[in-house]
Amino acid sequence: MNLEHLKEKAKSIRCNLLKAIHQAGSGHPGGSLSAADIMTYLYFEEMDIDPNNPDKVDRDKFILSKGHAAPVLYATLAERGYFSSEEIMSLRKVGSNFQGHPSRDKVKGVEMSTGSLGQGVSVAVGMAIANKLDGNKGRIFSLLGDGEIQEGIVWEAAMAASHYHLGNLTIIVDWNGLQIDGKNEDVMSITPIDEKFKAFGFDTLVIDGHDFNDIDMAFSKAREERNNPFVIIAKTHKGQGVSFMADNAGWHGKAPNDEELEKALNEIGGK
Amino acid sequence: MAEKKATREAYGKTLVELGHEMENLVVMDADLSGSTKTADFKKVFPERFFNAGIAEQNLYGMATGLALSGKTVCASTFAMFATGRAFEIIRNSIGYTRANVKVCATHAGITVGEDGASHQTFEDLALMRTIPGMTVVNPSDANSASILLKKVIKMNGPAYVRLGRAAVPNVYTEDANLEIGKANTLVEGQDITVIATGIMVNEAMIAAEELKKDGISARIIDMHTIKPLDEEAIIKASLETKAIVTCEEHSIIGGLGSAVSEVLSKKAPCYVSMVGQKDTFGESGKPEELKEKYNMTSKDIINSVKGLLQKGK
Repeated sequence: MNLEHLKEKAKSIRCNLLKAIHQAGSGHPGGSLSAADIMTYLYFEEMDIDPNNPDKVDRDKFILSKGHAAPVLYATLAERGYFSSEEIMSLRKVGSNFQGHPSRDKVKGVEMSTGSLGQGVSVAVGMAIANKLDGNKGRIFSLLGDGEIQEGIVWEAAMAASHYHLGNLTIIVDWNGLQIDGKNEDVMSITPIDEKFKAFGFDTLVIDGHDFNDIDMAFSKAREERNNPFVIIAKTHKGQGVSFMADNAGWHGKAPNDEELEKALNEIGGK
Repeated sequence: MAEKKATREAYGKTLVELGHEMENLVVMDADLSGSTKTADFKKVFPERFFNAGIAEQNLYGMATGLALSGKTVCASTFAMFATGRAFEIIRNSIGYTRANVKVCATHAGITVGEDGASHQTFEDLALMRTIPGMTVVNPSDANSASILLKKVIKMNGPAYVRLGRAAVPNVYTEDANLEIGKANTLVEGQDITVIATGIMVNEAMIAAEELKKDGISARIIDMHTIKPLDEEAIIKASLETKAIVTCEEHSIIGGLGSAVSEVLSKKAPCYVSMVGQKDTFGESGKPEELKEKYNMTSKDIINSVKGLLQKGK
């Protein structure tokens, strides 16, 4: 792991996703920023993917189950070379491929159209079953929001993942503690997250989702040969990297204005 | 009396047949494999059968994942839970991505019988036909179910196939020539047209015989494909006969009757009478008793025909 390289990439991804949301005038900065470090690690360190051969049969696949964090997915794919960062500035505009929530038909590298919470992880389970059936070595990753695990289908999918012994499936929960209406614990308590997944047959690990050493350790562990699906519960901060957005549910679905964008970019310090 | 067989029986047999020739065929269920007949496939191809347990939303989510990985997936449960409970998964995961998932749902309509209102769906065709790109097929008997299922399963893209619980008389022979999206005229007629779908086709055939005795020549059309709808056959019927009666074991809101009327109101207006479930829930009982009580028999078709003919053109 090249820590400095990952940090630079994460900065660039944060800046680009904020620029895109600013251009769009709407979007979800909070949950995009909280997931930025995990996304960086996945696409620059963990996954076996090739932007020049995006349909490679035995590639690893990532599904953004928390589809509203589309800007972080687009910015990460751009950073990884699937397309240019300029292209994603058309985010949410009529005729753009960069929809408010990702569409697999429109954007190279997007494995599943998501946005309706809980559905992505269910599809990920199906893909993991398919790979097992075919003896395909490709692994399946899916990132969920913490509020998202309030959806019943998540637990239907979790039950199936352990029933079918999907050792090729790694789920990451972006545990930033906030959802649209406020704190998870005020809206609908979700803790203990790890115990819940354990009870559903998962191998679990709780980490700091902004510490690359922690993230590296967790994915290395997930990579080991195993019989059970793996879940990484990543403790994160909504709006991470921008002081006035951090841990503030108000920045779940709001675009920064010109002044706020400039301040945010300066704080992040990316290129 | 024609031989009687349920369309779900034909489904089980067809799956086994196709399982041999299509290596990428995967079948899934939500704990109803004995009833939906997917268990027939499971017996022969256990490694390609996946049970979701009693979790219909995840059934269709997982089916999407398998389909997007190159499989042809037939995923079954009762029509109520497939199209009702899992509607949004079918819309957003399957429909939006045009995944190659066939939602083959059984136990549709009033002929579910004794299980009662909670299990009798009259909304499935309406729900499924609003999803862009979804093919919607409703076979009338076991023979046409086999023929149409083979075509639907081999075609690429999402589809809904409505299958029934009860044994129904065969309208077709095993070698009938049917095409997805093409209505089949079973009886030619000049006075009035009856457009029927699913098990109501047989009722329409009985009605035609009775009407003939009264000197009424009724054209009988089997609209086995609700989407894409054969508009040409509908327009032709409107131009060539006095009026149209639609018949479906489904709500008269949003189903075949609505689909036919949408075409007619734009392109060839005529009077339409709809035989089907009125705006009400069903109840427990024997299928034949319920068909009678909820006005979905040949008698109701005859009454509608006569009523319309009194109105004129």
